[in-house]
Amino acid sequence: MSIDVNERIVSDFVKNKIELVTTVPCKQLATTIEKIDENKDIYHIPSNKEDEGMGICAGAFMGGKRSAIIMQNTAIGVTINTLATLTQYYRIPLPMLISYRGELGEPVACQVEMALHTKALLKQMNIPTYHFHNESDVEELDKILQYTFMCNKPVAILTDATFWKGY
Amino acid sequence: MIRSEIIKSLIPVISDHFVVCNIGLPSQELHMMDDQSTNFYMLGTMGLSSSIGLGVALAQKQTVISIDGDGSVLTNLGTLPTIANNVTDNFILLIIDNGSYGSTGDQPTYAGQKTSLTAVALACGCENVIECQAEEAAEVMQKAIDSKKMTIIVCKSESGNIPVPVITMDPVIIRHRFMTELTKRNT
Repeated sequence: MSIDVNERIVSDFVKNKIELVTTVPCKQLATTIEKIDENKDIYHIPSNKEDEGMGICAGAFMGGKRSAIIMQNTAIGVTINTLATLTQYYRIPLPMLISYRGELGEPVACQVEMALHTKALLKQMNIPTYHFHNESDVEELDKILQYTFMCNKPVAILTDATFWKGY
Repeated sequence: MIRSEIIKSLIPVISDHFVVCNIGLPSQELHMMDDQSTNFYMLGTMGLSSSIGLGVALAQKQTVISIDGDGSVLTNLGTLPTIANNVTDNFILLIIDNGSYGSTGDQPTYAGQKTSLTAVALACGCENVIECQAEEAAEVMQKAIDSKKMTIIVCKSESGNIPVPVITMDPVIIRHRFMTELTKRNT
């Protein structure tokens, strides 16, 4: 039986006491965002830009609530300064669930351009990075979230088109 | 009145509350005049004072005041719709609008020209938006705190800076003492 990936993501968020989630949409993450919005244990606050969302998450953490951000990999380009001078500098834990656009199965050529930089940028930033390619990779999410809140760092979870079984 | 004078006038009103303060000179001025654990100084990341403050306010009950500037709000203009649509009555955003990027040498901002941040905030859907003059800042802030309604204050002032030392405190210490005090007040 196939795992319901979206249900699993939301239930692992709740299990790890994540109470606030900010999102900037990606087509690939549409169902995940919908499930987050429906969940009564999570306050869903859409952001207009990913660095804004990271500011909200930093504030929520300081206010005593664990938070997470859901965004597209293009956002890595937008948020480098915020990751360095807010999230990392103040040692704030931040799970980043990221759609990894521009990988196998991608129909939009332009998405490949940021895909080529995604892992290099994350490596340059010393951000622990996990790549979900097979559906069963979601089974590691719970441990990744525990790890994030253990070490007080931003942690990237890249989810590609194969993981999501296409577009 | 310039920004440092506004901050000085606000101290008796905001000193007992949690303050998230904008990067650069505003944080350095607050730090010099009234350093305490309820202040969160931004050492980097221009534009996010309102977002961080909103996050703190949404997560707990204490009143949170974000001190921001017109230049920083213009940098993160998407913050105003987010604030408007996620009302939390323990949040006050003070925009000290001196029409300039003070920390970088007083270059003019568009807020000092054709753009009205008061009108922008209203158009974004913010409900309690008050524009005031620098001299009225403390009184308007006190009323906003007492109202227990989410409020956006756009405080018009002159541009200008005073010499202030940089903040050398470690960011983790700034965060830790802020969080510790917040936890204490909430229990």
